[in-house]
Amino acid sequence: MKYGLFTRAAFFGVAALLAGSVSELRAEDMSALIAQGKYVAEASDCSACHTVRGRGEFAGGMEFKLPIGSLYSSNITPDPTHGIGAYSEAEFSRAVREGVRRDGASLYPAMPFPSYARMSDGDLHALYVYFMKGVQPVALAVPPNSIPWPLSIRLPMTIWRAVFSPSVVAAQKDVNRPLRDDEIERGAYLVEGPGHCGACHSPRGMALQEKALSNSNGSLFLSGGAAIDGFVPTSLRQDQRTGLAGWSEDDIVQFLATGRNRRGEAFGGMTDAIFHGTQHLTDADLHAMARYLLSLQPHQPTLSAWHYDPSAANALQAGDASAQGAKVYVDHCEACHRSDGRGYAPAFPPLAGNPVLMSADPASLVHVVQSGAVLPGMTKAPSAFAMPAYSGILSSQQIADVVTFIRKAWGNNAAPVTAAMVEELRKSAPESAIKKGIIPLN
Amino acid sequence: MCAKKVDAIVIGAGWAGSILAKELTEAGLSVVMLERGDERATAVEGDYPSSIDELRGAIRHRLFQNLSQSTVTIRNTLDQEALPYRRLAAFLPGEGVGGAGLHWSGVHFRVAPDDLALRTNVVARYGKNFIPEGMNLQDYGVTYEELEPFFDKAEKVFGTSGEPYTIKGKIAGNGNRFAPDRSDAFPLPAMGEVYSASLFRSAAANVGYHPYALPAANASAQYTNPYGVQMGPCNFCGYCSGYDCYMYSKASPNVNILPALRQDPKFTLITKAHVLKVNLDADNKKATGVSYLDLRTKKQVELDADLVIISAFQFHNVHLMLLSGIGQPYNPQQNTGTVGRNFVYQTITTSRAWLSPKQYTNLFVGAGGAGVAIDDFNSMNFDHGPLGFVGGSPVWVNQAGVKPIAAAVGGPGGKAPTWGEGYKEAMVDTYRHSLTIDAHGSNMAYRDVYLDLDPTYSNAYGQPLLRMTFNWKDNDIRMNQYVVGKIEPIIKAMGATKYSLGMLKDGEVFDTRRYQTTHLGGGAIMGTDPKTSCVNRYLQSWDVSNVFVIGASAFPQGMGYNPTGMVAALAYWAAYHIRTTYLKNPGPMVQA
Repeated sequence: MKYGLFTRAAFFGVAALLAGSVSELRAEDMSALIAQGKYVAEASDCSACHTVRGRGEFAGGMEFKLPIGSLYSSNITPDPTHGIGAYSEAEFSRAVREGVRRDGASLYPAMPFPSYARMSDGDLHALYVYFMKGVQPVALAVPPNSIPWPLSIRLPMTIWRAVFSPSVVAAQKDVNRPLRDDEIERGAYLVEGPGHCGACHSPRGMALQEKALSNSNGSLFLSGGAAIDGFVPTSLRQDQRTGLAGWSEDDIVQFLATGRNRRGEAFGGMTDAIFHGTQHLTDADLHAMARYLLSLQPHQPTLSAWHYDPSAANALQAGDASAQGAKVYVDHCEACHRSDGRGYAPAFPPLAGNPVLMSADPASLVHVVQSGAVLPGMTKAPSAFAMPAYSGILSSQQIADVVTFIRKAWGNNAAPVTAAMVEELRKSAPESAIKKGIIPLN
Repeated sequence: MCAKKVDAIVIGAGWAGSILAKELTEAGLSVVMLERGDERATAVEGDYPSSIDELRGAIRHRLFQNLSQSTVTIRNTLDQEALPYRRLAAFLPGEGVGGAGLHWSGVHFRVAPDDLALRTNVVARYGKNFIPEGMNLQDYGVTYEELEPFFDKAEKVFGTSGEPYTIKGKIAGNGNRFAPDRSDAFPLPAMGEVYSASLFRSAAANVGYHPYALPAANASAQYTNPYGVQMGPCNFCGYCSGYDCYMYSKASPNVNILPALRQDPKFTLITKAHVLKVNLDADNKKATGVSYLDLRTKKQVELDADLVIISAFQFHNVHLMLLSGIGQPYNPQQNTGTVGRNFVYQTITTSRAWLSPKQYTNLFVGAGGAGVAIDDFNSMNFDHGPLGFVGGSPVWVNQAGVKPIAAAVGGPGGKAPTWGEGYKEAMVDTYRHSLTIDAHGSNMAYRDVYLDLDPTYSNAYGQPLLRMTFNWKDNDIRMNQYVVGKIEPIIKAMGATKYSLGMLKDGEVFDTRRYQTTHLGGGAIMGTDPKTSCVNRYLQSWDVSNVFVIGASAFPQGMGYNPTGMVAALAYWAAYHIRTTYLKNPGPMVQA
């Protein structure tokens, strides 16, 4: 039983192809197919990039700022002029899995078609039916990309595609590789395919291609990516200290369902991935993803395990705040994250043993301190929580001190951070999470 | 005029409104909640550390009602001209989403069962003649046993911390032995005790009283409530009363109900919507909806509904009933009508004890709902026979966190100098080494204490202001003096170096310029007789059966306890009966 999100969807897909037209399906089959397509859209996190508040669902227009100009995500509603209403299913499939627009031009790889190439025919069909029949058309044009000629010529993208994006045939072959059991195979399909986790969590090469598109390409896959909007995606492999070593299956499931668990809270782009995507998945699918992630061997097997060291907590609790950054920590962080660094999860995440802040690159931690973070309410955890932004209150030296303290205390033992590094990171600091507009309403 | 129609309109986004809106959407109704103030989010308004800026917060009234748009007028006696309350002082109504439920302290009591049938109990024990002339002593018309499931539900929603005495008839903890039996434990263990509270506990026990941990809607640990919303634990920062809790640990409609309610597509919250009146049909028997002023566009909007819930702050409920013509206004001369009748307050005074310089109370530390109390002189827990007054007071150390400006404005107290070096030394001594003990007492209802529409002053929208006629009465002054007298031996047992007892003086007149309490009550009271109450035991208007009036406006007397727990329980009680009875067969639930 491989690998449609829905075998029924696959069945109807074939049935529909035989019948020659989507519209000839019976009404109840159609509504089932639309529901399945909606689920595939959620598993594929389409709305994280294609829905912008105030423009209508899937009407596109999200800006991607690049050094050479700005790209805007497409309107993928069934509007025939501004959206994808004129796409045939084959054209739709080619865009999603191969990155080729209806007019033959290549899509920028901000669209994760190298991952979507792994999606099954059945899922693609359900997705197509959903976008054609289950989504409201929005007659809104997206702003034109502002990349100047000659950089706007899409020919290099075509070459890029040819070199770095797998053919659908090759991708499907990799999807069909046997793994330990059906559930892990299902998890692999979701993570490597529609979930496109590697788009952020895998390292990229010189041409911004993902260095590995599946675990069969080796342990670089999901070993942690480069900063996105100022935040550094962690390793999702079993790496000690900087990866998911120590997370249980339930920890991962809870994190993907609610954005929070006893080990941490989502921030930055991951909140969008959960809000628009993973929180809508079934428990069975989340467990499958978790089991697959837990099966990934560490990329850096020599890293030692994190062990709690009580000395920093003992000093603070004895009134000794003489360590570098300890006083800033007491004044600004300790109320929620506690002197023992264990926080009060899920309201306030632990800092002790948190993989986000033990990475070599301190950007995520520094940026969270500078700009704050907002965890929106999710269906299964309606409370939103906010961490305040400190860039207006703390100097770069104070932030360097406190970040150094946090990275060293409680057994974290990560390298110190200098004021110069913090000053440099100020330039790439994301906009304050609260001001950005996702106002958590509680 | 083309009006939109919904199933139910809820007026006010505080505790009562949020509870009713949640319950009614759960019942499948489309609900619009109208709030005249702003949207309020902890992450924005309560952003740390500006959330604990005392000047911006309590001093400049960040979360309180804007009196420049609408206020009340106040007088002490019938022969006076009432004047507008232009500066917030004696009481602090909230405004904006969460209402006073966002800026409250968090003391979360149930009710003393005897208080629910106070008239019946006083008459049974002391005879009818014990009730002073001019006192409108009345029963609620509902029993503790009936309300218990709803007290339990409210505590679980609020994440209340406390210690029980009995659960299902069995002793389950060292809680308040005067408290009624519980069906379940508190959802969280009692808050930790600061030094002043633990000192009070041992001293009160030594004197022979029965100390217990105050039930607090400040979370003693992280908590997830039945709606799935999450709270962080309190860290005793002391910024509860007057503030939105940046730790998400003080229960509020914003933290405990609205995150779940806002996810319901049947629920709509409209802010900056000032309700002008409830609209009635031609013969004033049914509400058709409400008229509100959209404060953004300055346009009047009509909204129709089958059911209207008036659940604003206590006196706004009464004001809206008077403006809408629901029920007959109370007339103190003829003693007729019910709307505005039994307007009540609480009788609260504070005493202070100073300890040795080696004993640090550090008054800046605290939590709004935490502390240690005794109930030995509350409700009917002691013999009033030889004392000749009705009512009582719990007594407690509730160190809620005294902020620096408030401490400086309050001064060192006692006989300290008012300036210079002696003043400074006394300030430090008071702030670090003193503690306060409150007598948090009841206030009875009287024939010449009431609410009506002011004949002179109007609000920014051209509507007459609500007029308060209120004064202290001999019964309550003597009650306060008696209970404060019982504090003295506790202070002595603490080993205080000096102390001052705060109590009302004989003939004292109500002074609006000094903060006393925001626990106003009555004016739209519940009861069993439509001649003496506005709403029936389900808080349904006797006169307009599709209007329910929820809040402390339903209290026939001011009780010794803080009112929020009772308001929440009455809200869940009313909602339960709306869901199980009213919606199946709309109409009067009690025949007049």
